[in-house]
Amino acid sequence: MTIDQHASRGAKQKLAVVGAGMVAHRLVEALVERGADRTWDIEVFGDETRPPYDRVALTSFFSDRDPEDLLLGDGSLWRRPGVRLYRGSVVSRIDREAKQLHARGTTFDYDRLVLATGSYATVPPVDGADLPGCFVYRTVDDVAELRQWVLDREAALGRKVRGAVVGGGLLGLEAAGALTALGADTTVVEFAEWLMPLQVDRAGGGALRRIIEQLGVSVRTSTATSRLKAGRDGKVARMQFADGERIAADVVVFATGVRPRDELARSSGLEVGERGGVVADPGCLTSDDSIFAIGEVAQIAGRVWGLVGPGYTMAEVVADRLLGGTATFDGADLSTKLKLLGVDVASFGDAFAATSGSLEVVYADPTAGVYKKLVMSDDAQTLLGGMLVGDAGAYTNLRPMVGRALGSDPTGWLLPEGTEAPGAGAALPDDVTVCSCNNVTAGQVRCAVTEQGCTDLAGVKACTKAGTSCGSCVSLVKKLVDVQLAEAGIEVSNALCEHFAVTRAQLFDIVRVSEISTFSELVAQHGTGQGCDICRPVAASILSTLRHGHVLDGENAALQDTNDHVMANLQKDGTYSVVPRIPGGEVTPEGLVAIGQVAVEYGLYTKITGGQRIDLFGARIEQLPAIWKRLVDAGFESGQAYGKSLRTVKSCVGQSWCRYGVQDSTTLAIDLELRYRGLRSPHKIKLGVSGCARECAEARGKDVGVIATDRGWNMYVGGNGGFTPRHAQLFAEDLTTDELVRAIDRFLMYYVRTADRLQRTAPWLESVEGGIDAVRAVVLDDSLGIGADLDAAMASHVDDYEDEWAATLADEQKLQRFASFVNAPDTPDPDLAYVEERGQRRPADEAERAVLIAGASIPVRTTTEVTA
Amino acid sequence: MTTTATTTATTTGWTRICRLDALVPDRGAAALVDGHQVAVFRLGGSGDVHAVDHHDPFSGANVMARGLVGSRGGVPTVASPMHKQTFDLATGHCLDDASVALRSWPVRVVDGWVEIGSGTA
Ligand code: SRM
Ligand SMILES: Cc1cc2nc3c(=O)[nH]c(=O)nc-3n(C[C@H](O)[C@H](O)[C@H](O)COP(=O)(O)OP(=O)(O)OC[C@H]3O[C@@H](n4cnc5c(N)ncnc54)[C@H](O)[C@@H]3O)c2cc1C
Ligand code: SF4
Ligand code: FES
Repeated sequence: MTIDQHASRGAKQKLAVVGAGMVAHRLVEALVERGADRTWDIEVFGDETRPPYDRVALTSFFSDRDPEDLLLGDGSLWRRPGVRLYRGSVVSRIDREAKQLHARGTTFDYDRLVLATGSYATVPPVDGADLPGCFVYRTVDDVAELRQWVLDREAALGRKVRGAVVGGGLLGLEAAGALTALGADTTVVEFAEWLMPLQVDRAGGGALRRIIEQLGVSVRTSTATSRLKAGRDGKVARMQFADGERIAADVVVFATGVRPRDELARSSGLEVGERGGVVADPGCLTSDDSIFAIGEVAQIAGRVWGLVGPGYTMAEVVADRLLGGTATFDGADLSTKLKLLGVDVASFGDAFAATSGSLEVVYADPTAGVYKKLVMSDDAQTLLGGMLVGDAGAYTNLRPMVGRALGSDPTGWLLPEGTEAPGAGAALPDDVTVCSCNNVTAGQVRCAVTEQGCTDLAGVKACTKAGTSCGSCVSLVKKLVDVQLAEAGIEVSNALCEHFAVTRAQLFDIVRVSEISTFSELVAQHGTGQGCDICRPVAASILSTLRHGHVLDGENAALQDTNDHVMANLQKDGTYSVVPRIPGGEVTPEGLVAIGQVAVEYGLYTKITGGQRIDLFGARIEQLPAIWKRLVDAGFESGQAYGKSLRTVKSCVGQSWCRYGVQDSTTLAIDLELRYRGLRSPHKIKLGVSGCARECAEARGKDVGVIATDRGWNMYVGGNGGFTPRHAQLFAEDLTTDELVRAIDRFLMYYVRTADRLQRTAPWLESVEGGIDAVRAVVLDDSLGIGADLDAAMASHVDDYEDEWAATLADEQKLQRFASFVNAPDTPDPDLAYVEERGQRRPADEAERAVLIAGASIPVRTTTEVTA
Repeated sequence: MTTTATTTATTTGWTRICRLDALVPDRGAAALVDGHQVAVFRLGGSGDVHAVDHHDPFSGANVMARGLVGSRGGVPTVASPMHKQTFDLATGHCLDDASVALRSWPVRVVDGWVEIGSGTA
């Protein structure tokens, strides 16, 4: 059947995409965005077991660990009608005559086919390269196996593992970073005379080498590996070089380069380049006009393009062509900026000064480990390219300037303080690409603000995709957005509300450095008016953190939301719920009985909460003190389910009972809950502690999650349920209990001080400049020098804690707040009405109320009776 | 007990509900007035006393006295504790939805007693 027949019958055409990598993902995303899934049935075949993931960020697998975090998009793309992803499916053959491909033991028809098979990692023809313990570095499975191998070898050998990486280029240094992170002694072996020969020159390579050696990684250049030898156990043990020298190696990673995976194209007779790569025209069309090639497998304009940015551009070209457009791929920027082993390396434009007559401006500081070079046109006016080693801060601003006049004295850009170019963000012409990964220009970023209504960086990222891949352009994008917002007169107000022109964090600092202890002083000195339901609770929270004191003391009482005011949670009918604290979810049978008795006596609806404790619903305001008297007498205290404060520390049973537990998670959870109870914060805080990696406490869904390891505790931060669920990210590993508690103390205090109102830890981490790394530096390395201050603040919180309910019961004046009516303190609200459901009561709905109130004689009724 | 015969908007009776100092500044209290639930507020700044319905027209619950007091553009306000709609304390008008209002009750302080005017038509 021809394409035209399909079209004339209104049937959808079939598009087959071979390879489910990064570029294939972008292609499908682009097609769906443009509605092409209405005219095309899209089938994607990938031989990996996972949906497309972010290969560029592969090394973060060693810090984040969860491969799920690397997946591209949220997965909804693959659930759309008309889009199918076949995972773990190798395409073994393409039959171009029949327009069919072979996979999963069967055949699939196609009208158009896109080859997006990427590259494979090459292994040099070295004897012993296939021994157990030799790896390449390309897929999640590769790195997962590598990690397991290193951990297993370390355990088996009882000493540090010795690792060797063959190849000192970009990938080799990433692999060396990964091995070092796994605790291996690592040697990088490079055939060329210096490291990263494709990106930097000899002097740059020398600077890089010095920095890397200082990090404890050994480097051998001008060295050829000649063979690998096994030990008695058959696993790799030694590496021999061409010059006869040998080193010990318990694990070897080959990072010697990649080659296009063009075998399908070869076997089906498509034209393939001499050095590999499926030959395609600027429209990405191969020698068969039904077959496109994109990404690392394609050879366009005489070369393959080994970066994701050009691949994405090709994906957009093909999406456009499939919809009848004429887009072309006209080459791409091969600039790179990387952080390898924590060392910045960037190269851009004509980095090697190939342009005739070009001038080089060099700045080198061997002691600081910095080497920077700019390549200028012969008149020293126009920037042609450059390379930056050790400090690539200027990259984001310099790269877009390639081909343009630098204006000021170029050396100014190279000096340590020269990273901020004069007016860089604002002056950038519209057609300059600011995000090379996603091919977004300065103009598109500006337009997102002026025409698409984006009012912040997050919005612009979502709308343009700028900054969503390698992230190196984010600071520049943010600058553009800020300038544009200011220019468009869009005031991005950080004001808390009409009464305070400052942010919550600023208000916190104001109170911290002043003597202010009441809201009226605060609003008189730093605000206007009488406050409102936004600033009053914020002030209450800040005053509570800094000045301690009871929620109902003095003026504080007038600042509290009704929940905090009566220390219970308001329900839909105006009654409240009561939640006693059950630290770590551990409760004695006697405690359960006591709670049960209170519930029976007051007829409270009883439910186990999602936070491992018990909620008693339907308490009237005037009943709260009596209920709490009973609970306090039974040994309970306020669970603060109402406060913007610590909620629960969820635990699993852990080592004490569980056959897998490696630490006592229950004791830790209880200790943490007792430590942080009552801490008022910008939003609620939840913690979780799991006794082993099986994670039964769902700690990674919490603001702070703790997971036991053989060696101590791993700490995760920024987990969230709610509307935007987030997995917590690894913050620190193998901490002792003391180290852990101190890290959590500081993390929480820093959050309490600097977060916005109602900002949970996940969005807070995103909003902090420098993200989780910056917070880690503050918490673990005391980069701001406020560690002792944060410790002291937490210590004074712990010392001053008192149970709010016990304190209230002891104070006659506070108890008067709980009158139902000031002129009839014990009269229940006459409008309350309930029905019975599953043996308990719940508020009657409108229809039920009508019946209940009409016939005053009708007592509590079941739902079925009423609706029948 | 109700004096429904009144035809003017003037009040025919005053109900004493509590001593003025029983009201916490900037915090409300509910009172029963002729079977009606009234929310009474004593403002911290001006010292004024206001009374509006305790019934929250949005949620249907009797909770207005438990809302947070404040101001919006100089007007004294109370926000429903249920879903935060804000009302003008002096007039009862909802500032977020012009079609909704709380009934505003006459209130006076006599010899240190707070009295609510009842029986308005
Ligand atoms: C009672 C409970 C549901 C249940 O029956 O299990 C509950 C009930 C409420 N939740 Fe929740 N949440 C309860 C567990 C959770 C959980 C699960 C957990 O903690 O493991 C989550 C997701 C985890 C998380 O927070 O990240 C959760 C996410 C929320 C959110 C979304 C927060 C966010 O960051 O987006 C809200 C809304 C808010 O706080 O702004 C919320 C708000 C509420 C409020 C306070 C809404 C309100 O203002 O009335 C409910 C109070 C009812 C009451 O009277 O107690 N509740 N809520 C759970 C009480 C746990 C406890 O013992 O304290
Ligand atoms: C560690 C590492 C770091 C990197 N860092 C950067 C960086 O900082 N910046 C940058 O721009 N680039 C970087 N790259 C390169 C970047 O990852 C690639 O350019 C990009 O992934 C290419 O995308 P692709 O879709 O063409 O190929 P791939 O992402 O490799 O996807 C191809 C997919 O097709 C599958 N496949 C192949 N043949 C078949 C078949 N016959 N049947 C079914 N499936 C098949 C493959 O298994 C693979 O899943 C890095 C790469 C690695 C490994
Ligand atoms: S999910 Fe919604 S309705 Fe259910 S308890 Fe939480 S806040 Fe209330
Ligand atoms: S340049 Fe990589 S995300 Fe923008």
